[in-house]
Amino acid sequence: MTTFEEVGPRLPVVEPTRVDKVHPRAKWGKSIRVILTLIVTFIMLIPVVVMVLTAFKSRADIVTPPPKVFFHPTLEGFLYLFTDRSVFSPANLAEAQANPGDLNYWQKLALSTGQKINGPSDYVGRLKNSVIIAGTSTILSVILGLFAAYAFSRFKIAGKDDLLFFILSTRMLPGVVVTIPLFLLYRLLGWNDTHVGMIILYTVFNLSFSVWLLKGFIDEIPIEYEEAALVDGYTRLQAFFRIVLPQAVNGIAATTVFCLIFAWNEYAFALMLTSETARTAPPSIATMLGSGGLEWSAIAAGSLGFLIPVAIVTFALREYLLRGVTFGAVRK
Amino acid sequence: MSHVELDHISKQFPGVTALDDITFDVKDSEFFVLLGPTGAGKTTTLRVIAGLEHQDAGKILFDGETIDDLTPSDRDVALVFQQYSLYPTMSVFDNLAFPLRSPLRHTSKEEIKRKVEETAEKLRITHLLKRKTANLSGGEMQRVSIGRAIVRSPRVFLMDEPLSNLDAKLREALRIELQHLQKTQGSTTLFVTHDQIEALTMADRIAVLNEGRIIQVGTPEDIYDRPASTFVAQLVGSPRINLYPARQENGTVSIKDSDVHLIDAGGSKLPADFLVGIRPESVKPDPKGKFDGQVVLSEPLGVETILHIQSGKSTLLSLVPGIASYHIGDGVKFNIALEHIHYFGMNGNRLQA
Amino acid sequence: MSTIELRQVEKKFGDLHAVKPLDLTIQDGEFIVLLGPSGCGKTTTLRMISGLETVSGGTIWLNGRNVTWLHPSARDIAFVFQFYALYPHLTARQNIAFPLQAQGEARETIEKRVDEVVKLLRIEHVLKAHPGQLSGGDQQRVALARALVRRPAAFLMDEPLGALDADFRESMRSEIKRLHVLQHATTVYVTHDQIEAMAMGDRIVVMSAAEIQQIGSPSEVYNDPSNLFVARFIGSPGMNLVKGKYADGIVKMSGLDNNYAVPQAWKGALKKGLADGGEVIVGFRPEAAQINDRGNLVGKVYASEMQGSSAVLHLTINENEIIHIRTDRLIPFPLDTLVHFDINPQMARFFNPKTEAALKPEVTQ
Repeated sequence: MTTFEEVGPRLPVVEPTRVDKVHPRAKWGKSIRVILTLIVTFIMLIPVVVMVLTAFKSRADIVTPPPKVFFHPTLEGFLYLFTDRSVFSPANLAEAQANPGDLNYWQKLALSTGQKINGPSDYVGRLKNSVIIAGTSTILSVILGLFAAYAFSRFKIAGKDDLLFFILSTRMLPGVVVTIPLFLLYRLLGWNDTHVGMIILYTVFNLSFSVWLLKGFIDEIPIEYEEAALVDGYTRLQAFFRIVLPQAVNGIAATTVFCLIFAWNEYAFALMLTSETARTAPPSIATMLGSGGLEWSAIAAGSLGFLIPVAIVTFALREYLLRGVTFGAVRK
Repeated sequence: MSHVELDHISKQFPGVTALDDITFDVKDSEFFVLLGPTGAGKTTTLRVIAGLEHQDAGKILFDGETIDDLTPSDRDVALVFQQYSLYPTMSVFDNLAFPLRSPLRHTSKEEIKRKVEETAEKLRITHLLKRKTANLSGGEMQRVSIGRAIVRSPRVFLMDEPLSNLDAKLREALRIELQHLQKTQGSTTLFVTHDQIEALTMADRIAVLNEGRIIQVGTPEDIYDRPASTFVAQLVGSPRINLYPARQENGTVSIKDSDVHLIDAGGSKLPADFLVGIRPESVKPDPKGKFDGQVVLSEPLGVETILHIQSGKSTLLSLVPGIASYHIGDGVKFNIALEHIHYFGMNGNRLQA
Repeated sequence: MSTIELRQVEKKFGDLHAVKPLDLTIQDGEFIVLLGPSGCGKTTTLRMISGLETVSGGTIWLNGRNVTWLHPSARDIAFVFQFYALYPHLTARQNIAFPLQAQGEARETIEKRVDEVVKLLRIEHVLKAHPGQLSGGDQQRVALARALVRRPAAFLMDEPLGALDADFRESMRSEIKRLHVLQHATTVYVTHDQIEAMAMGDRIVVMSAAEIQQIGSPSEVYNDPSNLFVARFIGSPGMNLVKGKYADGIVKMSGLDNNYAVPQAWKGALKKGLADGGEVIVGFRPEAAQINDRGNLVGKVYASEMQGSSAVLHLTINENEIIHIRTDRLIPFPLDTLVHFDINPQMARFFNPKTEAALKPEVTQ
């Protein structure tokens, strides 16, 4: 066991900390740890950085090796993302280029790549579907999960442990394994390519996670609070709303974010069970085709747009998340 | 206010008998204490009376009527817990008002305000009404908990070790206040504790519990002066009673393995082997004392000192006033006052001398 | 030799001054108690001595060695926690042997020492059990054994009896003291319970609001408290402290018409020691008051407590002040009766209300 010399930091230490943590040599360790963390963070962020850069590159810049870090940014990617275009025939192209006329910025941009804008693409529509389906299913799974978790936590239920395990077991299966049976089932029910069908599917899949997570949070709330309320003249339901709910807010926030992330990013089921009406963003973004293959700049721009709603929600709930994610580990 | 009766209450939990044929009654306006070690069944008794648990057998009566079918809110009792009584998301005012705001009682806003302020006055917490409960000290939190119980003026107060989590000094201060409050309000109170000082100082009557059974019911004087068994004798009284195996011959009681013998202790009706109990205040050091011993430990408490005296193979505890000047190793002579000697059979039950 | 010395040791947490600079010298073999209410700085001070907390200023010396920045394991001290801190996955015996194994001692030495300590604490019967299966008292004995087995230079105990039932606390208290008498190891003991401090300490360090209020033997802090805090804190109940105005040998107390004739020995000190206006606080312990129908002072019964062999009567003497008097158990005192009493002149004490310090009587020639 190393013993430290009998010296310490020059300045007094004003946080609660053990003696061996403020040894002069320990400070080097701290700097090294910080540098290491920064390096790892940077490496983790590279894909995101590449994506953002790609969204602003022209087709040529994207495909030529080596990958360019410095380039002339353009909004081509966004153009390809948001609009449906068709290529000018050589004759029409010359004509259009000769008479620019009143073309707005986007039309001019399209012209410079030899295309004409036909109308908006279905990207916005897909994004809307994602919001509706992921949002609704998250709300449903959190609400249902909350009531179920409360029941599991507070009541004596026959075979409680078995039921809880059964609920957890639904998560043990990789989703893709059940896509074919689901597809057939949905076709039978007429739920193929419907919003309702997708919402129900995501809710069911998220329920296991939300019940387990929320039960952990509710277990942490001392039961004496509700008992005091019962004795004071409140029904169980009233006690639930007035006492348990306010204290479970952290857990609800954490669960909401996790369920949202799953439903939002879900790819396999969305690909197999939707086609036109209810198609969400993930399958449509990944398969955007351009004239020479996958339209990389559009994909990058589309991913960027896809990232933003979830980023906003997580950012808004970050305070609750932090408290929620460390539940039980940090004691008062 | 109410007269509470428990009639042959029994309760089982898987693997454990929590309550075994509990019968006692609490008179109207009485301060009744359930005393016993951890796990004796005191909290379970309280919860059964409140309606949070259901007994397996037996009846509970308030003023002569069975209340077993009533829900906790209909029984009109108030419960003060050891901790976690206050709702952390609300202010002190809202905590006190909470019981009054329940949909069961239709209390107007002005009435609520009046009652809350009255209660805060009584407990001297008016200056805390706007504060959030997270910013209160331990003593202040317990006062608010008690306030929440009082504000409704229920039939019965049930208190589950409310002072256990407080600092020793705070406990002393709150004890006196609670007692005064109860006497001036005249509320029927059932108080649970493992601390015998709390029981002796506050109770009108005490029920001693152990392992789900009632061992003795009586006033503090009854429990202290005439304990029904060695368990009660050892539980109540600080420092602990001196208890030894002894035998008697012609009215002289001698403690085994020791010089100590009590002449004319009236032991003629006792069996050959039995236990003798001597409270520390009956062991009196005296330069002209009859018995010899050696001081092995001295605990000066201030108002009195506990001396551990070794005599033969036994150690006797003695209580002397003030801060005694004995040192460890000193020889000491002592007498034993005969007025308050207790005799118990080998099975632990009290014997008449 | 294991003396402990704290020189100007202080601790700040950000802006919060948890422990103000204090000096303390603990003699070899002494049982010293750090006593005070929650938040007074006693546990922080103990943790600084052990190394579980850094100091913000000052130095700590163990046996003449500067240990201020030494790792806790290098300081040769043992720490006993309030909640036992036993390893739940090991048996009691393995728990006790753990510190010696960590130090790499030989097997025979470990066996021998463990057996010694187990016999001392009389826990032979729990050795095979896991901590979760033991009662609180047994767990604390195992924790004590684990500390004892190392034979360190000093023991540091942080409210070890706090988690036990009241009757257990009494017997464990005498056991710890008995152990100290036998082993004579330097011990620093932290508690908020002044009964424990009085019963066990060779000296008591009374702390409040991050400062030392008084250091002294049980007799000194009980009979000659140096300020109002110590007077109130020590003793159960604490010293009665009544406000009044002093003039010409009489203290006029607020409330019921109470005029207290000051004992001769104090008259000079009071004349000199008080500010203008003669405000003074009269202090007397519950046993210093004698109930007497012709007593000069009077109060109204607020509550009465039967405490076993004696009783304590609580009287109000004005709107805000309650005093406590020890009485015979057998006399009943109904609520609101008037009770007359006198104060034993040898046990009276006086305090300056502004400085809160005790006044000293004049030494007569």
